[in-house]
Amino acid sequence: MRLSYPTNIRIICLPCTGKVDLIHIMRAFEKGADGVYVAGCVEGTCQFNTGNIRARKRVEQAQKILEKIGIGGERVQMYNLSSSEAPRFVQIAEEMTEKIMALGPNPIKIAGKKKAA
Amino acid sequence: MIVAKQKEIEEIIEEIKDYNKILIAGCNECVTVCEAGGKKEVAVLASALRMYFMNQGKDVKIDEVTLERQCDHEYLEEIRKMIDQYDVVLSLACGVGVQFLAEKYISTPIVPGVDTCFMGVTEERGVWSERCQACGQCILARTAGICPVSRCAKRLLNGPCGGSTKGKCEIDKELDCAWQLIIDRLKELGRLDDYEQLTPIKDWSTERAGGPRKVVREDVRQ
Repeated sequence: MRLSYPTNIRIICLPCTGKVDLIHIMRAFEKGADGVYVAGCVEGTCQFNTGNIRARKRVEQAQKILEKIGIGGERVQMYNLSSSEAPRFVQIAEEMTEKIMALGPNPIKIAGKKKAA
Repeated sequence: MIVAKQKEIEEIIEEIKDYNKILIAGCNECVTVCEAGGKKEVAVLASALRMYFMNQGKDVKIDEVTLERQCDHEYLEEIRKMIDQYDVVLSLACGVGVQFLAEKYISTPIVPGVDTCFMGVTEERGVWSERCQACGQCILARTAGICPVSRCAKRLLNGPCGGSTKGKCEIDKELDCAWQLIIDRLKELGRLDDYEQLTPIKDWSTERAGGPRKVVREDVRQ
């Protein structure tokens, strides 16, 4: 289909979203990511049965922590789609990019710049 | 195992906010199994706290270490050389580990990062429940392996009470009546006659009510 999606998204490939751990999401923000989304298979279709369900729970854990520490829970999201849904992949990438653009940069980057200045 | 749950991050921040060099110390035993204070929880909490302080514009050093156990001298000794670099240690071990750390390193403040809850089992991942209150005089042989001290709300030794309805306890409709469980299991074991025998008054002096306890074994003591 050769569809294009926002270029500011960096894709990290995993064998299954069940591989995503809470610490991976946290470290992404600690290193300055403005947002993170996990794109897993549709619930009920995981080849490993519960990988995407586990990922969703970890995303929810990350949302809670990020909200409490002032980074913003909305910056991390879970999406479910099939690997054959390229148009939906693009739609999600655009939706997430818009959301993060509206939220602005990761607050720790702003705090770091203020301190340096 | 000893079951604990991590404190809310707001409470942890409140305790450590005035320090600049913080060591987060996890424990590889019980709190790892109940996912409250193992290596993973240490890493996540350290990351969250680093981000919190960065966001506040504060330059705080937060390091991580996870010891095999915090309730034994030999493992606590592993941090002796590094502990002076820190203003405070945030221990994610149970209350036992926190206290033993505090006893050993007198000049370093030690704060707890978890609330220690009880001695219990993993019913399923994410669900832990109480099984033992360390009363110091086990009666499980007479109660079909089910403990009324820890699992009956009234700790009755001759139950059930009038609050038992359809096998559930009156304090919570989801909570099994321990005495119903005991009777059911005695029935399974073909030992229902044992139920007719009254249990005499228990000596509670071996329980916490008798003050802090100690076990000394001269045969293994060095």
